[in-house]
Order: sequence, then structure tokens, then C-alpha cells
Amino acid sequence: MNIAERCTIHEHDVVVIGAGGAGLRAAIEASAAGVSVGVICKSLLGKAHTVMAEGGMAAAMGNVDDRDNWEVHFTDTMRGGQYLNNPIMAERHAREAPARVRELESWGAVFDRTKDGKILQRNFGGHRYPRLAHVGDRTGLELIRTLQDHGIHQGMEVFMEMTVVALLKSGGRIAGAFGYDRERGRLHLWKAKAVILATGGLGKAFRITSNSWEGTGDGQSLAYHAGAELLDMEFVQFHPTGMVWPPSVRGILVTEGVRGEGGVLRNSEGKRFMFDDVPEAYRAQVATDEEEGWRYVCGDKNALRPPELLTRDHVARCINREVKAGRGSPHGGVYLDIGWIKEKIPNASEHIKRKLPSMYHQFKQLAGVDITTERMEVGPTTHYSMGGVAVDGETQESCVPGLFAAGEVGAGLHGANRLGGNSLSDLIVFGKLAGEHAAKFAKSHTPAEVDSAEVEAQARALEAPFERSGSENPFAVHYALQDVMQDLVGIVRTQSEMEQALGKIAELNARHAKVAVSGHREYNPGWHTAVDVHCMLTISEAITRCALERKESRGAQFREDYPQKTAECGTFNLIAKKAADGSMEVRRRAVVPTSAAQKALIEKLK
Amino acid sequence: MSSTPSGSLPNPTRRVEFDVWRGDSAGGEFKTYGVDVAEGMVVLDCIHKIQAEQANDLAVRWNCKAGKCGSCSAEINGQPKLMCMTRMDTLPQGQRVTVEPMRSFPSIRDLVTDVSWNFRVKKKIKPFKPRKPDNADGSWTMYQADVDRVQEFRKCIECFLCQDVCHVLRDHHKHDEFIGPRFLMYTAMLEMNPLDTENRVADLKDHDGIGYCNIGKCCTKVCPEHIGITDNAIIPMKERVVDEFYDPITRLFRMFKPRAS
Ligand SMILES: Cc1cc2nc3c(=O)[nH]c(=O)nc-3n(C[C@H](O)[C@H](O)[C@H](O)COP(=O)(O)OP(=O)(O)OC[C@H]3O[C@@H](n4cnc5c(N)ncnc54)[C@H](O)[C@@H]3O)c2cc1C
Ligand code: SF4
Ligand code: SF4
Ligand code: FES
Repeated sequence: MNIAERCTIHEHDVVVIGAGGAGLRAAIEASAAGVSVGVICKSLLGKAHTVMAEGGMAAAMGNVDDRDNWEVHFTDTMRGGQYLNNPIMAERHAREAPARVRELESWGAVFDRTKDGKILQRNFGGHRYPRLAHVGDRTGLELIRTLQDHGIHQGMEVFMEMTVVALLKSGGRIAGAFGYDRERGRLHLWKAKAVILATGGLGKAFRITSNSWEGTGDGQSLAYHAGAELLDMEFVQFHPTGMVWPPSVRGILVTEGVRGEGGVLRNSEGKRFMFDDVPEAYRAQVATDEEEGWRYVCGDKNALRPPELLTRDHVARCINREVKAGRGSPHGGVYLDIGWIKEKIPNASEHIKRKLPSMYHQFKQLAGVDITTERMEVGPTTHYSMGGVAVDGETQESCVPGLFAAGEVGAGLHGANRLGGNSLSDLIVFGKLAGEHAAKFAKSHTPAEVDSAEVEAQARALEAPFERSGSENPFAVHYALQDVMQDLVGIVRTQSEMEQALGKIAELNARHAKVAVSGHREYNPGWHTAVDVHCMLTISEAITRCALERKESRGAQFREDYPQKTAECGTFNLIAKKAADGSMEVRRRAVVPTSAAQKALIEKLK
Repeated sequence: MSSTPSGSLPNPTRRVEFDVWRGDSAGGEFKTYGVDVAEGMVVLDCIHKIQAEQANDLAVRWNCKAGKCGSCSAEINGQPKLMCMTRMDTLPQGQRVTVEPMRSFPSIRDLVTDVSWNFRVKKKIKPFKPRKPDNADGSWTMYQADVDRVQEFRKCIECFLCQDVCHVLRDHHKHDEFIGPRFLMYTAMLEMNPLDTENRVADLKDHDGIGYCNIGKCCTKVCPEHIGITDNAIIPMKERVVDEFYDPITRLFRMFKPRAS
């Protein structure tokens, strides 16, 4: 076919798919290297999921506690990830995050300040010292707006409200991307020497999630179908505190910052149940009583953290246990109480509103709850994917030459569980790295030839739902998938339920092949959903297959049938890859070894 | 001891009739849909329900559903609002609800408008230009009190509701001469950043049309982030324009000593 007749063609050295923190940071870096850059995103600029991040970004600047440094941050990250992390990435992240945060300030970010005029840092789960640079509880907005406002002056071309549906290859290497604009439904082809995936997460595959509609696993699916490897897909983070009531807001995040500022968890009996079950690996770091926990919140360097600030996987499971044991709140959560700090400090109400303004508004407006005087009801919500596209820890390149990944769509840094605040710092550290190496790749390669037959096939698949006369509703297929993942591959997993899930995913794939959409091509949500569901089906299968293969409980994965962690399972990561026959194959790969120096650090800071 | 959140366990529904504007740049009309509304639902939930059950092709823009991204702006019963933060129980009970797109921007389809003008306007404003870092590690020393005002402005989620409601744009269509409240405030934010060394005051007067603003405060009233757009941003910028261009002493001073950077 004549592609030019069917598609609008764009040409760039580097195409970045995604305009969240990772994509924008990558685009800025690639632009600075002097190559031409195109950025594609599904929503308007500045609206990506990153905008929702609340609590802060982790960087061992030591502004609040000068005992903090990159070594402590590195060991905290490895411990949080239960040692399945790629230690090369974890070390780079810990070393570079402070410089990346300061760089944001030079681009216009305005963080909250310490008394002596430095960037203020707050406590978060799993971080030994106050480490999160923040702006109240709207840190993500600050990050994305800073990168956006700086980025638009760096020469990149931005394609808003366009969806990429396939990566194009030629002779084994990347050649470009194919997609459509949501506004008019026209087809687009981006030719590129290098492509950076920065498409974010996949929470929308589950019923209860903190993610926006964009979190449909597109990048992971695009990469998989282009022959790249997916790593650690079984590790899906369930954040312990999402809203549970009213039903229409179920899943919306309640930032960990609430607990960082002194919020405590109680069951229906009024008990602070988190003191009951402190895991061995953290016992030496947790307060022995409530008084000590409060002193920690107030910055007492000799006090240890309250158990509410243990890692997310653990807190989520404890909440689950309380609810199952009948000690939950009326709507199936537990209580999170920040108002109690009025017993401890004057002007508590003002303090809460200043430190947690968007939480205050969120509860006031959406649930009719005043968090300065009333308790919140909270429960676990699907939040973050530790797994994603496997990349080289030095360059962010996948096994497909010219295809890079950064941000939540990538994998390796977080291992089996991500620490709060380590994502925003991940975006800027590895976004930059990906931008740098993609530009380098583009400079040393000539453009690859795009295969018009491939484009034609993709175009036909994309438009097929309009031509079908079937009656399958794309929203219905999506909801059914969300139920499968939530109920059978959720916080507590078993072999039999996951095998059942695989069967259902296969059935849903068959239903998806019959999805029909009606109406026009402009901004047609039924069509968009049909496209997204394809991606979610792919990554749901990967999550389930990897979760089945990992016969242990570690980090975010809890297997009721294998409740213990095993030494053997700590030696490998899981890889999902498309086999020659088109089926999904899962295999083990030895973890990236920790160097002797890194081992010594981990031992020293245990 | 704090009390439990309100709300009874079963979630009964009531029927509400919605009049939703359907159409595109060529024109359109209101279509009626009935929705069973349960406790806690917001207008965006109702629109999604209509979309999933009755009109798969109903176009609407949204992202976060938590008032954080500024995508879901619309006019609800004629009032510019975020659909995701407008609870059904805050609207008059027993009455129909109308939902239509922002009227100051060209229609794309249904509730989605073309807001690209805003992105073009922003690009023309001179970017942030900091002074040299104060410290060897590339950082600056700034105190909380010095950044409180700037942080207030940085809360903006770019919902463009203030742009929608401003009569200079809405009724007089001065899009070529006037940047609107969002970007007057954005300029104020840059000007008040303690690190910034750029001067945008001449632009405010000559290109941004600050003189068109009659400080009626409609913009401030609709801002979901409660930013003091008029009092805290526009009025101080108007004063700077006066100081720099109309105050004889400053003008004399400017002739001999250009503003330091
Ligand atoms: C409510 C909430 C609070 C959080 N708080 C914190 C926090 O305090 N600290 C922290 O460190 N982390 C936090 N996180 C996690 C963190 O915000 C995310 O992991 C991170 O923002 C992801 O950024 P990203 O750049 O990888 O992708 P995103 O910001 O998700 O951006 C993805 C981009 O890709 C685009 N895209 C996706 N698919 C396609 C496609 N097919 N074609 C074209 N474009 C596409 C999207 O349009 C978007 O522009 C939070 C997450 C949530 C949900
Ligand atoms: S105060 Fe000025 S900017 Fe705001 S709505 Fe009125 S005229 Fe427009
Ligand atoms: S100033 Fe307020 S109303 Fe205007 S765009 Fe920003 S948040 Fe919206
Ligand atoms: S959907 Fe984000 S503000 Fe309404």
C-alpha cells in the first residue's frame, strides 16, 4: 500500500512515547544532545499520571538528617526490593537522585523548605531517614509542570492525545511507531532511529486501583509484541491506603505522607494493629511503643519509626488480615487517623491542612470527611508495577536494538517491592539516562526502512472493530478482566485461582477478537477502550504466568500456598517473552550479581 | 475520639435526568439520559455510566478523577466546574442536570474542546531564568516565607476554567491580544520567584494585554485550587506595570540604569 496516502508521516531521530516524568526528562536530555525529538502522549501535556503523585521524591541529600547519604539509600532500596533489584540501577539511582532533584530547582521547581533554607525532606515507609523532597502533597504536579515548562523551550515536537498501537521493526532493530490521534481518529506513522518507551503503569487491569485511565500497560505490551523481554511482572504493588468509600472513589490514593506526618492505623476495636506483626528484617528499625513512634515523626534522631511506616507490601497485608478477621471498618477498610495529633501539637488542624492540603480537600469534597477531626476509611489499592520492560542497567536499552524504556514501564530498580518516593526519582534519573543513550544510538545509526506491509496489517487490526457486526462491548470485556485480576491474581494468590485466571484471560481474548464499536472515529471512547484492552490482556497474562512460576512469597507477591520466602527463589528474576509460535514463555534468569563493595555496604547497614 | 465517616451500608439509588451536549464544531444539541445515582457519585461518574451503558461514543476528557490533573472541565448547570469534583448531592435535588463543554474554546466533540491555544500562549512567555546557584552543590538558599506566594500559584492544575469564564476571552474573543488569567498568574509566578532574573513587565503591558483585565474576579471565583488569581497575581502585576512605565521617577531611573539581571 502507499503509506503516505493512509497515514500522516513524521520523522525524528528519537521518538519518546509518554509525557510523564520519565518521558519528559528523556526528551529534554535527547534534545540537549542535539537530535530531533518527538514526544507522543495519550492525554494533554501535563496531565500524565505523574501529575497525581503526592508524597515526594526520594533523594539522599541529607538536608534534614545529615546521617543520610547514597549508601543508606542504596541499601534501603535493596532491602525494600528483597534483593531482586538490579544493583547497578539501585546504586546509580541512589547516587544520582540528589543532583537530579537540584536540577529541577534550576528549572523552576519550588520545593518546601527547611528552616535554614534548603529543600525539605519527609519520612516515608522503608526509608531510614527523612528523604523525600516534596511540595505539600502535590509533588507530582510540581515535577511534571517543571519538566513541561522547561521542555517546551528545548525544541521537541509534542503530539498530544495520540495513541501508539504498535512498534515497527526492520531487520531486528526499531524503525518507528504506528498509532492514531484520538481527536480525529486519523492514522500516524512516526519514523525514528530510536524509540523510548515511557508509558507508565498498568493498574487499570485491576478493579480497584489508584491509576488513571492511562495506566493500561501499553508500553509493556508494545515491547512484548516487538520481541522485548518483560521482567518481574508478578510484582504488582498494592498500596495499603486507598479510599474505600463512597464506591465511586474506591481506590483513589491516600498518600503515605499521611502516615509520614503522624497518621496511625487502627482497627474497629481502636487498636494500632501494626505493632502486632513486625517482620524480622525490620525489627531493629521499628519503634517499640507509640510514644517512640511519635518522637520519630517529630524528628527525634534517637527514635525509631512507627510500624505504620513499614514497607507497603507488609502494611497492605496487615490491613487485609484485619478486615478478613472481622475487625475492619463499615465499608471494608481500616481507620487511618491523623486528627489525633491534636493531642500532641497546637494548631493541629492548620498543620494538617498545610502539610496535606489535597488530602484534606479530597476527603472533604469526595467523602464528606474532615480529616482534621474525623478518621478516614482506607484499604489496599492496585498502585504500581515493579515489573516491566527488561533493560540494560547502564543504558536503559531493551534487547531490541534502538528500543529504550524508562520510568514505571521499565523494570529492575525496585525488585520485589518499590519504596514510596523511589518512583519519582526513578523517572528523572533513568529518564535522563534513556534520553542520553537513545540520542547516542540515533547519532550512530541511519534510519531503518519501514515495512509498508507491516503498517498495513497494523492499520487493519486497528480499524477492525468498526467493521465488525458482533455485539461484544469493549467496556464489558474490560470490566470482566478487572474482576479476574482483582479476584484471582490480587493481594493473596494461589495456584488454582491463577490457573483459573489464565483460562478466563484466554476466553476474554476470544471475546476481545469480536469487539465491535459504533459511531464516528473522533474521540470515540469505545474504540479507545478496545485498543487498551488488547494491551491489558497481554500484560495480565504475563503477570499471572510469572506469579504462578514464582512459588514463594516475597515483596509484593503473597502466595497462600507458598507463604514463605525461599533462598532458591531469591536467586532469579522471571522473564516473559513471546516465543516463535506466538505463545508466551516464562523463564528464569539469574539476578544481576551484587559487587563485593555493594555486599559490604548491605552488610554494614543491615 | 474521632467519629466514623458518615454513610449507610446499602447504597440506594435515585434517578436523575441528564441533558448532555452532543455535537462537534458544526453544531449540536442536548440529548437526555437517565442515570441511577448512588451515594457519593460525582458528575463524571454519571457521564461514564452513560458512556458505558447508553452512548459508547460519548466523548469526554478526564484523567485522575481526583481533582489533580485539570482535564475534566465542563459547564455543569451553566457553572464552570471539574466534573470529577462535583458531587451529585451538591446539585439541586429533584432537578435535571445539564452538562456542556467549556464555551470559550472551540468544540471538538461532545464535552471535549480544543484548548491548544493555551499551550501556544504559554510557549510565548519568557521562561524561568535563575540567578547563579548560591551554593557549591548547585543549590540555592530560599526560605519558606519567600516561596509561599509562588507555591500558591504553582498549585494551578491548568484546568482552564478561569480562561473559560473570563469575559475578555469568552465574550470579546481577545485571544490574540490577551493571555487570560491563567497566564497572567503564570507570569506573576515567574516574576515573583526569588531566583528569577528575567523581566516580563513590558510584555505584560504590550503583548499580554494585562490592561484588558477589569479585575472583576470571575476567574478567582471558579478556580478549583482557590488561587487568589486577581488579588495575589494580577493586581500586583498591574502595579508593576504602572511602576515601571507610568511612574515618572521610575521612568527617569530606568533611563539611566537599566534593570539589573
Ligand atoms: C496517586 C498516586 C500517587 C503517587 N505518589 C507517588 C509519590 O509520592 N512518590 C513516588 O515516587 N511515586 C508516586 N507514585 C507513582 C508515580 O507517580 C508513577 O509511578 C510515575 O509517575 C510514573 O511516571 P512515568 O513517567 O513512568 O509514566 P506516567 O506519568 O504514567 O506517564 C505515561 C505517559 O505515557 C503516555 N502513554 C501511555 N500509553 C501510551 C500509548 N500507547 N501511546 C502514547 N502515549 C502513551 C501517557 O499518555 C503518559 O503521557 C504515585 C502514583 C499514584 C497513582
Ligand atoms: S479578573 Fe480579569 S482576568 Fe479575571 S475574569 Fe475578570 S477580566 Fe478576566
Ligand atoms: S488558575 Fe485555577 S482555574 Fe485557572 S487554570 Fe489554574 S487551577 Fe484552573
Ligand atoms: S479528572 Fe483530573 S481533574 Fe477531573
